[in-house]
Amino acid sequence: MGSYRGVQDRTFAGLATLSAGTVILLVVGIFVALLAGSGPSIREFGARFLFAQEWNPVSQQFGALSSIYGTLLSTGIAMVIAVPLSLIIALFLVELAHPAVSRVVGGAIELLAAIPSIIYGMWGLFVLAPVMARYVQPFIGKWAGDLPLFTGPPIGIGMLTAGIILALMILPFITSVTRDVFNMVPDVVKESAYGLGATTWEVTRQVTVRHGIMGIVGACFLGLGRAIGETMAVTFVIGNTHRISPSLFAAGNSIASTLANEFTEAAENLYLSSLIELGLVLFLITFLIQLAARIWLQRTRRKLGVTR
Amino acid sequence: MITEHTAHEPDPNPQPLSGTGDDSLPGSEPIKIETRGLTFHYGHQQVLFENNLDVGANRVTAIIGPSGCGKSTHLRVYNRIFELYRNQRVEGKVLLDGRDIFHPEVDLLELRRKVGMIFQTPTPFSLSVFENVAYGLKLHYRMGRGEMAERVEGALHRAALWDEVKDKLNHSGTALSGGQQQRLCIARALAVQPEVILMDEPTSAIDPVATAKIEELIHTLKKDYTLVVVTHNMQQAARISDYTAFFYEGRIVEFGLTKKIFTRPDRKQTEDYITGRFG
Repeated sequence: MGSYRGVQDRTFAGLATLSAGTVILLVVGIFVALLAGSGPSIREFGARFLFAQEWNPVSQQFGALSSIYGTLLSTGIAMVIAVPLSLIIALFLVELAHPAVSRVVGGAIELLAAIPSIIYGMWGLFVLAPVMARYVQPFIGKWAGDLPLFTGPPIGIGMLTAGIILALMILPFITSVTRDVFNMVPDVVKESAYGLGATTWEVTRQVTVRHGIMGIVGACFLGLGRAIGETMAVTFVIGNTHRISPSLFAAGNSIASTLANEFTEAAENLYLSSLIELGLVLFLITFLIQLAARIWLQRTRRKLGVTR
Repeated sequence: MITEHTAHEPDPNPQPLSGTGDDSLPGSEPIKIETRGLTFHYGHQQVLFENNLDVGANRVTAIIGPSGCGKSTHLRVYNRIFELYRNQRVEGKVLLDGRDIFHPEVDLLELRRKVGMIFQTPTPFSLSVFENVAYGLKLHYRMGRGEMAERVEGALHRAALWDEVKDKLNHSGTALSGGQQQRLCIARALAVQPEVILMDEPTSAIDPVATAKIEELIHTLKKDYTLVVVTHNMQQAARISDYTAFFYEGRIVEFGLTKKIFTRPDRKQTEDYITGRFG
């Protein structure tokens, strides 16, 4: 009996270790496969691949710069729009809204998160892009058209539109995680700030947000991770040209959209290998961002003396 | 062991009450908070029933009673902190220095500066020790760094914490021990120069040694402040307070000199509770 139960424990421990090991194996496996697939491209272009803008299947010249630029820029636009908006919505839901309103809006946000990205893409192309072309871009152009950021014809699709679609897609994620974080701040901590004569705004800014800063940053990185690799919706509205333009109105591309568009056309070995190397670059960018997030979180934790 | 507190310097012993069943203080005692006909509802549930209670200035008033008797609710009226929540409704009058705290012209933030509160669990913010104490100061006053440091040090001294934290003012307040955290919260409340300090079971989450320190602190604080302490610990009430109010099912059953309540209460219910027959 005793030995049988001992075997039980050992078996379970073994299975658990194996399952956890699978995760590591997967990460390493994907990385190795990408690296191997990129071989020809890496040998041909070396580091030039990262800094060259030209992407020409005819002359067999492949440079990733415009894709990397587009990925970072569209994600950056998305974060600039989504993070503050999410924080405000989450604070509204937790601190200000009537519980019934909070439930309804909260439910709508969960629903938004569940919409498949292809739908966002279609909506972006058929609804948002025309609105951008007809109203938003001419309006911005009129007031800020002198800035290089907002020059060019209002064609609707492009970096700005892609960034906005991405923002809408990550908004529900950041909002719902942030809301949970705010909900976890104990009432008694907030009460002690109110008890000192703080206003709602002061309590929110100095206590609630501070208390939840780890979770908020975590939520932001969750959104960032989703935005950076988002493919379908971006492919629909980004314009898909290998060009770096200072204007946010201009069409561009991202790593993910390039991959989605061109994999079926890649007949030559070098072309295919270059696309795989693009994937590798995306993998590494994501990895570096996660790493930076962890380091930052650890330092903040130490600074605040948070033991959680 | 905790020594029994004896009479304090500035005031002679609290005056005994003249009659029985009377919730007001004897005429010679200055009153800090006067409560009249206080009724409280959570939604449709009534939890306080037309209570009257006088809180003597520079006295420690203990509120005792079994769980759910409304003692915390009563306390949370005094700084209007209950207003943070929907469906919580109050009727009746609370006069602080003779002025109605519910009067529309009352500045709520100023009321809360004057009436500080300490909670069941220590609630340091995720800030340094210094910043924790300076938090309230920054809300209410504009001052230079020098004066700020002075005031913070003063508050920490008064909360009997200075010697323990003077070398770690920049450490996080959440890294202190439980008892130190609670005294940090007391320092934080003292820094804004309150007149009244409400304590809602201030030692219920703290070990006995730290509890003794806080009880001692309460004793020294009443020289300058009026204290109202909710406690479920009757020995604590007996040790720290001058007056005691016994709450039961939303009503004040008996109020009087602590000495009297714990030796010869007028009501049978009070006697049953303090002798441990229920509660």
